[in-house]
Order: sequence, then structure tokens, then C-alpha cells
Amino acid sequence: MSNEAILQTGVGGAHTAGVHEEHHEHHHHETFITKYIFSQDHKMIAKQFLITGMVWAVIGGAMSLLFRWQLGYPNEPLPMWVQDILGKWWVKDGHITPEAYYALVTTHGTVLIFFVLTAGLSGTFANLLIPLQVGARDMASPLMNMLSYWFFFTASIVMLSSMFVETGPFSGGWTAYPPLSALGDASPGSKTGMDLWLIAMALFVVSQLLAGLNYISTVLNMRTKGMSMTRLPLTIWGLFFTAILGVLSFPVLFSGFILLIFDRNFGTSFYLSDIFISGVGPLPHEGGSPILYQHLFWFLGHPEVYIIILPAMGIVSEIMSINARKPIFGYMAMVGSLFAIAVLSFLVWAHHMFVSGLNPFLGSIFVLLTLLIAVPSAIKVFNWLTTLWRGNIRFTPAMLFAIGFVSIFISGGLTGIFLGNSALDIHLHDTYFVIAHFHLVMGVAAMFGMFAGVYHWYPKMYGRYMNNTLAYIHFWLTMIGAYLIFWPMHYQGFAGMPRRYYDYTPWVSFDHFEGLNRFMSTVAIIVFSVQILFLFNFFYSIWKGRKVRTQNPWGANTLEWTTPIKPGHGNWTGEIPEVHRWPYDYGKDNREFIPQTTPVGADENIH
Amino acid sequence: MSVQRADSNRLHPHKFTLWVAIGSIIMMFAALTSAYIVRHAQQNWLEFEMPKVFWYSTVVIIISSITIHLSLKAFRARERLRYRMLLGITALLGVLFAILQGFGFYDLYSRGIQIIGDGSNPSASFLGIITGLHVVHVLGGVVALLIFFIRAYSTRIKTYDSTPQEILSVYWHFVDILWIYLFIFFHLAG
Ligand code: HEM
Ligand SMILES: [Cu+2]
Repeated sequence: MSNEAILQTGVGGAHTAGVHEEHHEHHHHETFITKYIFSQDHKMIAKQFLITGMVWAVIGGAMSLLFRWQLGYPNEPLPMWVQDILGKWWVKDGHITPEAYYALVTTHGTVLIFFVLTAGLSGTFANLLIPLQVGARDMASPLMNMLSYWFFFTASIVMLSSMFVETGPFSGGWTAYPPLSALGDASPGSKTGMDLWLIAMALFVVSQLLAGLNYISTVLNMRTKGMSMTRLPLTIWGLFFTAILGVLSFPVLFSGFILLIFDRNFGTSFYLSDIFISGVGPLPHEGGSPILYQHLFWFLGHPEVYIIILPAMGIVSEIMSINARKPIFGYMAMVGSLFAIAVLSFLVWAHHMFVSGLNPFLGSIFVLLTLLIAVPSAIKVFNWLTTLWRGNIRFTPAMLFAIGFVSIFISGGLTGIFLGNSALDIHLHDTYFVIAHFHLVMGVAAMFGMFAGVYHWYPKMYGRYMNNTLAYIHFWLTMIGAYLIFWPMHYQGFAGMPRRYYDYTPWVSFDHFEGLNRFMSTVAIIVFSVQILFLFNFFYSIWKGRKVRTQNPWGANTLEWTTPIKPGHGNWTGEIPEVHRWPYDYGKDNREFIPQTTPVGADENIH
Repeated sequence: MSVQRADSNRLHPHKFTLWVAIGSIIMMFAALTSAYIVRHAQQNWLEFEMPKVFWYSTVVIIISSITIHLSLKAFRARERLRYRMLLGITALLGVLFAILQGFGFYDLYSRGIQIIGDGSNPSASFLGIITGLHVVHVLGGVVALLIFFIRAYSTRIKTYDSTPQEILSVYWHFVDILWIYLFIFFHLAG
């Protein structure tokens, strides 16, 4: 049955009110500005988030190459052209300066976590998929949606401008712990750079709140007829829980920032006490506690890592089922485990503080709660593997990245169990073991989810395909490279090599890592170039890619594939289709796939 | 593209959005008041009397909740003048509340209790920042009230859908209850 036919028959009466028929040729005038810049169309906003995220990914990734160069080739000067680009503040005698090193790791962490993997990932896919997959013409509030992007954009500009101030960008780590972050005299990066960092992050929080409110409201209120919550694709569930986490945890971070701003600028002592700065003398601040900031920060910080991974989990579940041509295994368990992860993620923040002087008895409670998260995580992994089991797998680039996600998530998740035990964490805390853990489980895994999503929904976004050969090269080199870069860091961490050091060469006990460090840095350069290949593929295909000729190129069940190949603002030309079944009827009753819009046959079991 | 309602029993999406936003604001104040408790349990905590004027501001904001409720009823009864007047009164009471809070800060200042600056104690700083943030939320509501007030003058607009008014009044009751919570909190925990 063709989708056209389904569209014609599957009409519900629910959404007729107030919606005039919108045909492909637009009735109302759209100027360049309203279409591409101040657009309120969720699909355009999705692209804006994606492309801004890509710009940040390139900047943040390039930063990591600079500090990896310092770690891998401590005795070799940077290539001349790199020195020329960077200029005097950043480079001295051919090497990046210590101040620049710390500025680089800090900005790398901040922009990758917040701008790329939060805004770039959920901003892109929540915007693109929520209205399309729940069957709505747009978000509950398109205006708020647009504002959310522009707050993010402004945050980006402020963050970017902090690269160019005289004292350099903030350099106290992405977690911005006081006293370093609170005292301008403590380091050059804590001066103007930190002010700009705080402004950028405050704008970013506003952007995320606007976005999250909208996502939640759209999922709960704007579903088309027949789209009960248990018929939602798992992508939507993932994005939905992400939005809830964001709306509940970002305000807490905001509170922490407000107190920090007062400590920085108005002489209060929330986080500061008994401090002596050489060259400045004793400070008047008294009675504050830096641990307080850590509590406020990690109360967001831990949910934040799940804000990053839940959308990727949803995307992976969806792509995996489509390309295994099998229903997702344990749909309700998938939703349940997302829920469990979302709840638990609020109860484990102190595992980042085991060695901060936290009461050990309190610590043991957090050990228990932390290890509990492994249970829903394991359920998800089990369900993905079972979905693959005896599937009729189509190895599209998206599918490869989805499978790669599972592999990387397992590798990175297992080390979380090491770290979650406070006794082990005394040794492992602030070593390269932690770096290995979170880069695999969060950094690479979420990136893989994002790549999978981009390859899979590219035809919906641009009406064209990306080039497959380049995509396969991209996948395999990235997959192998990611393991080669981050796996050895576990050994370094076990050996006690601390994170956040500029130079390890004076440290005899780590001498034997010299070759390893060089190897990891070299692979990092290669993997980065492969990402440039991906970007080339992405932008080249926008104009030159193979055109999509069928409405439903992957043979998927969800609603976005019932829209025209290039949907206009409003998504469906006629009525919004009605939904009759869950989205995972693949390989049922000898039919390869049954779209959600197909009415249930007389002798069929509904889900 | 306007918002459509899937069916009439469901909560209006904008109203729903407000409820989620309220959840979000609650988290912010929950974080601050928890930080207050955590810090209070440690040493070097300045004990002082709450400003007496906070009692008056509490009464003012409770009255404003009543007036906004009445204005909503007037709107529903299509009594335009009464609606407009009650909106105006609510906005004035909101401003009065903010002024009274300012007097509260002045009272602390005149007793030598510093909220900011060298020698400030976290106990006063917390009080100042938490109540200050609350006032910001009240003033946000006042701005919205004024917009509605001005709109009520225009004779062109003839809508009888009370959803925007309901949203505003829910928000206003929320900042009222939030203050009562903070007021009780400071008296119990402070
Ligand atoms: C089985 C589940 C997991 C457990 C038990 C776990 C446990 C931990 C622990 C105890 C730490 C603190 C280590 C230290 O600083 O000494 C940590 C760090 C971290 N984890 Fe996990 N984790 C898990 C999964 C995840 C996931 C799924 C993500 C992200 C998607 C993630 C992201 C991070 C990040 C970003 C850090 C480091 C933050 C920093 O210090 O800069 N973890 N993890
Ligand atoms: Cu954590």
C-alpha cells in the first residue's frame, strides 16, 4: 500500500480546527529572513542547532588537538602555520603556554558538553523529530522555540568572544569550581574570561529552559489522534525524559551560578573562606564553603550527562529496530529503564565528590544509588543486543553508528562501575581513568548517536542522501580511532597519571607512557580529519547528494515518512494522519513493515 | 501557525507550559533553600531577626492574590471595567510588595547587617539573594499585568477566551505561595 493511499484514508477529525490547507507552494510570503534566519519552523530551527553545533564541534575538536599535541609531542614545536593562527597569547617558543593549555581544556569541555552534545544533539533532534513523529504541525510555541535558538546563538557569540580577551578565556575546568572561578586574582582566566563564561552559560541555561518547556508541552499536548503515549517512538521518549531532566536540573545550576556571580562581583562569601593569594594577600571573604558549589554543580552535572545520552539512546533504539527489520525488544522495558535512569540520575550526584571531604557514610549511600544505575543501563544494552539478534540487518551508515554506540556504551559504562565504588575512586579520581570513562560513555557514544541520527534523517532534512562510501570510511576510522585514543587512557589512569596536567615529562614514573601518548595524539589527529570528511559529505550532499525519490526511503513506520519528501511549514499538506498502532511493527505477519498509519486488520493483534 | 487543541478537555498547551515552568522555578528556589540549610549547619552563621516589614509584604501579596482572582471572575463575567480596575490594583500591590521588600533590606542595612560586600555573612547574603530573586519574579508578573491592563483599553480586541488571564493568575498565585513558603522557611530555618 502506498503512503499516499494511507494519507488519504487515515484522516482524523482532531486537528481540523484553525488549520488552513497548506500546499507545497506557500500561500503566505516567506522572505529569506523569516525562512532561514528568524524561522519559527521547527525543521529549520533543527538545522540551525545542528550547524551551530557542528561549528562548535570543529572548534572544540581542534582545541583538543592542540592540547594533545602538547601531551604527545612535548618537545616538538607546533607547525608554523598553527603558531601563526594562534598568535602570541597562545604560543611561546613553539609550544602552547600553560595558561593556554588550561584555557583550551576548559573551553573544549564546556563547548563539547553544552554546546555540541546538549544543544547540538537534543536541539537538533528534538526540534526535527518531536513534531514530525508525534504528528503535530509545529511545537506548542514556535516563538519560544525560535527564542531558544537565539539565546543559544547569543551564548555562542559570548563564549567565542571570550577567546579574544586579553587575559584569555576561562581556564578553571568545565566544572568551574570556586575558589579558582570566583577570584579574578587567582588566575588570568578567572578575570574577564570567567565573566564571559558565566554570561554565556546563563544565556545557555535560558535557551535550554525555553526549549525544554516546549518539548515537554508538545509531547504531552500535541499528539495526533491515536498517538497514545505507548505508541510513541523511543526517540520521543528519550527526548521527552531529556527535556524533563533539563527543566528540573538547569535551574539548580543557575542558582549555583548566581551565588558564584555574587561571590565574584559583590563580595559575598558563599563559596569562599580563609583565602590567601600570593602577591595579593589574605582575602576578606569568610564563612563560605566551596563544597556547596560542588553540590549545586553536580546536581545538574550528573543529570546533564544523561541529558546528553538519553537522546542518543532513543535515536539508536529507533534506527536499530528499523534496520534490523524487527520490533524493538522490550518496548516497555526500554521506556521503563529510561524512566529509571531519569529518576536515579538525580540521586547520584555526590559520586563526583567522593574525595572532596564528603562524609564517608553519606558516600556509601551514593555508592549504592550509583551502582543501581547500572541496572537500567544494562537492561537497555540487553534489549539492543536482543533486537539485533537474528535480525535481518541492513548495514546502513546510520545502523553502523547505532551498533557502534552500543559497543562504546558498554565499554565506557563498565568503567563507571569501577568509579562508582568510593574505595576504588580514591585511587582513580582525577586520573586518566575518569577521562577514559566519560569520553567513551558520553563523548564518543553520544557523538555516535548524533552521527546515526544525521545519516538516518538526512533525507528528511534535505531531500537528498549523503554519500555512502564516505560514510563507511567515516564510521570505521572513527570507531577504531575512538578505541585507540581512549582505551590506553585506562592504563594510564590505573597507573595513577592525574588529569589536567600541562607537562608530564618531569615525572619519571610516567616516562614509559611517552610513546603511548604520542600514539594517542597521532590517532586523534587522524580521527579529527575523518570528521572533516564527514562535514564535507554533509555540506556537499545538501546540494549535490543523490535525490530522494520515495517518501519512505528506509521503509520505516513512523509519521515523519508520511510527509512530503520536502515538507513545508506545517509538515503535512492535508490533514495530519491518524495513528493506529505502535511504531515497531517490523516483520509482522510476513509484512516487512507496517506504518503507524495503517489501520489494524481484522485478524491482527494490536499493540 | 496557531496552536491547536487536540480536544477540549485537555489542558491548553500554554497553560501546561506554565506549569512546567513553575516546576522549574521551584527547583531553583529548592536549590537555594537547600544550600541555605546546608550552609546553616556549618559554623560562622550570623543569627538575626527577620525584618518586621516582611509581615506587611506578606499581607500585601496575599491581598493581591485575591484581587487577581476577582479580576479573572470579572473577565469571565465580561465586566470589562471591573476587570481592568482589579488588574491595575493587583499590579500596584505587586509594586508595593517590591517596595516593602526594599524597606526590609534597608532595615537590615540600618542594623549593620550586610547582604553584600566585605564583612557580609552568608546568612544575610542568602536572605538577600533569595528574596531578591523572588522580587524579580514578582516584577516579571507586574510587567505582564501591565501589558494585560493596557490591552484592556483597546476596544478593538474582543476575545472572551480567558486562557491568557488564567495563565497570568496561576503565575501570580504561584509567586504568592512561593513567598509564603520563603517567609515560613526563613522563620523556621533562620
Ligand atoms: C553505569 C553507569 C555509570 C556509573 C556507575 C558512573 C560513575 C561515575 C563516577 C563515580 C564518576 C566520578 C569519577 C571521578 O571523578 O572520580 C563518573 C564520572 C563521569 N561520568 Fe560516569 N558513570 C556511569 C555512566 C555514565 C554515563 C552514561 C555518562 C554520560 C553519558 C557518564 C558521564 C560521566 C562524566 C562526564 C564524568 C566526569 C566528569 C568530570 O569529572 O569531569 N557516566 N562516572
Ligand atoms: Cu555522574
